[in-house]
Amino acid sequence: MNNIAGRPLNGDVEDDDEDEANDDGLEAWERAYTEDRSWESLQEDESGLLRPIDTTAVHHAQYRRRLRALASNAATARIQKGLIRYLYIVVDLSKAASERDFRPSRMAVIAKQVESFIREFFDQNPLSHVGLVTTKDGVANCLTDLGGSPESHIKALMGKLECSGDASLQNALELVHSNLNQIPSYGHREVLILYSALSTCDPGDIMETIQKCKKSKIRCSVIGLAAEMFICKHLCQETGGTYSVALDESHFKELILEHSPPPPAIAEYATANLIKMGFPQRAAEGSVAICTCHEEAKTGGGYTCPRCKVRVCELPTECRICGLTLISSPHLARSYHHLFPIVPFAEISPSSQNDPSHNFTNTCFGCQQSLLSQGNKPELSVSCPKCKQQFCLDCDIYIHESLHNCPGCESFRHSKSVTSSQ
Amino acid sequence: MASAPSKHYTDDISLLVVTLDTNPFFWSTFSFHFSDFLSQVLAFLNSILLLGQLNQVVVIATGCNSCSYIYDSSSDRNHASTNGTMPALYSNLLHNLDEFAAKDHQFTTDHKPPTVPSSLLSGALSMALCYIQRAFRAGPMHPQPRILCLHGSTDGPEQYVAIMNAIFSAQHSSVPVDSCYIGSNNSAFLQQASYITGGIYYRPPQLEGLFQYLSTVFATDLHSREYLRLPKSLGVDFRASCFCHKQTIDMGYVCSVCLSIFCEHHDKCSTCSSVFGQAQSDVASADSRKRKAS
Repeated sequence: MNNIAGRPLNGDVEDDDEDEANDDGLEAWERAYTEDRSWESLQEDESGLLRPIDTTAVHHAQYRRRLRALASNAATARIQKGLIRYLYIVVDLSKAASERDFRPSRMAVIAKQVESFIREFFDQNPLSHVGLVTTKDGVANCLTDLGGSPESHIKALMGKLECSGDASLQNALELVHSNLNQIPSYGHREVLILYSALSTCDPGDIMETIQKCKKSKIRCSVIGLAAEMFICKHLCQETGGTYSVALDESHFKELILEHSPPPPAIAEYATANLIKMGFPQRAAEGSVAICTCHEEAKTGGGYTCPRCKVRVCELPTECRICGLTLISSPHLARSYHHLFPIVPFAEISPSSQNDPSHNFTNTCFGCQQSLLSQGNKPELSVSCPKCKQQFCLDCDIYIHESLHNCPGCESFRHSKSVTSSQ
Repeated sequence: MASAPSKHYTDDISLLVVTLDTNPFFWSTFSFHFSDFLSQVLAFLNSILLLGQLNQVVVIATGCNSCSYIYDSSSDRNHASTNGTMPALYSNLLHNLDEFAAKDHQFTTDHKPPTVPSSLLSGALSMALCYIQRAFRAGPMHPQPRILCLHGSTDGPEQYVAIMNAIFSAQHSSVPVDSCYIGSNNSAFLQQASYITGGIYYRPPQLEGLFQYLSTVFATDLHSREYLRLPKSLGVDFRASCFCHKQTIDMGYVCSVCLSIFCEHHDKCSTCSSVFGQAQSDVASADSRKRKAS
């Protein structure tokens, strides 16, 4: 009953679905029983009735645990973040990447997750650059050069990628090292290796290469898809990166997306520098100019480089004629929340809400949802240490992961006076 | 930027979150009276609820010292008006608005602001986005949310980072932010907000006809917008202002550590105190030597 192998990797699945149902002798509803085991997602409640498992409570508990772990690790000193990042993603295309323990195959899962990672990465780090390197048959090749826009990388990923041979960790590191030596000194150098093989086929001493990377201040992180390897662990420890091994597809997605926010910067790694940048104006609607990216005449809707006055189509980019980095102020603003993070909210246990000395409301300040569960019992909620407003757990997750503003602190001009008058 | 795409669920039911500017410092010096403005806005909100039975309207008042929810059409705390002279929406909203204005006034008397303060748009946008996230959590069939800012006060530069955070979060969740700006000069923050999120920015030329502008430009749901000719955004200024003189510049220098913008070359960044062109470890050891000596 192995119908996973027959499913195509990409392309249209709608036409093939009906054929598959007839071919394998299993209807779609029967497949749901063999694959999804839908009866496992039910549980009994207090009166013995069946209901689906409530995942929100689990989700909240996981979030609070993760926050507590982060808070205990955070140093008291102000941590700087490396905002201008030059990241190489090394994708292992050895024979081990065609294994089917990740459905449909490790390579397909990697390609899909790297695509969403690249989009998220450019969203959070608009001034950074990404390059792709692949390793197979014992050698490493550059798939795409360091570039500041996601489209070229995603196009290369979506092309045909074949897996064969052995992976070579040392060759990949040597290639990345020689490419990263050419970047400006204010950039933070990083490598993310997605390793599915359990061995590496190296021409020389990999320990020397690791020392070379450490001396060039390249931060190497590895995500393994098979099992933990000593050499990867050693590499990450030496260069200050993180090593993790993915358990399944969703865990892999989580692990790779953890690398999109800027990592804490080790201060000696990059020199501070003033980078000359241009802030182009949008061209008038009816103007006609030849754009430098597509080399054809275009009307309206582009940007004019302030130094050499040529037209570019989109931002952020580097002017092809004079080399000036062109960005708009919202791109810089996307990184400001890394510099001004909001404090984690403090938990309020349900028992202390009955305490009359504190002024507890029954509704979340952000979304006006009631903080009482059925039966008028107070649920777990959180409050901001600065403005003392109460929030529900869903708002807490949203505020810290997406919004980066505390609605309470933003809604009261004189927050200290609020607490003192209450 | 293209207008926000409509998703394929209940495509013509809207959840409209309105942030209403109630800054008394602005309204006291403005030529149009707040009561006339409010009567047109209330008629508009009522018309939104009439357009579809499942439409929802939420109003957040943006004061100069605080923000608060003053009306939620889906809440069960709305009462019908006692003597039946006005619709329930009017009586509930006006009652809550009176309470809010009194509290806001109390904050003002406690702290005299040095200059004319701006209203707290960042707080109102943050609260609106939290409410919209709650609507998203309600299940697969939920109304399409959008935010409408009825705003007149000038931009407060101290709110820049918070407003940009809110705008990016709205863009990420595909929530368009429309702005109907009634002040004298165009508001750069609201223009950027509408441009980035795919909403409409419009400054009505004649405020006596405000209801007409509101109902023809801002009342349509997101799905129907592609069939209408709506005001296009012209001339959004994306240039940055330098941190030293606050002038808009089109070429400048950016600190690689803290992303502060300067118009001329400096030796040291005024925001993060990084010395330029020198490895950070030299600076750190110099500081630690100073600390040990003192």
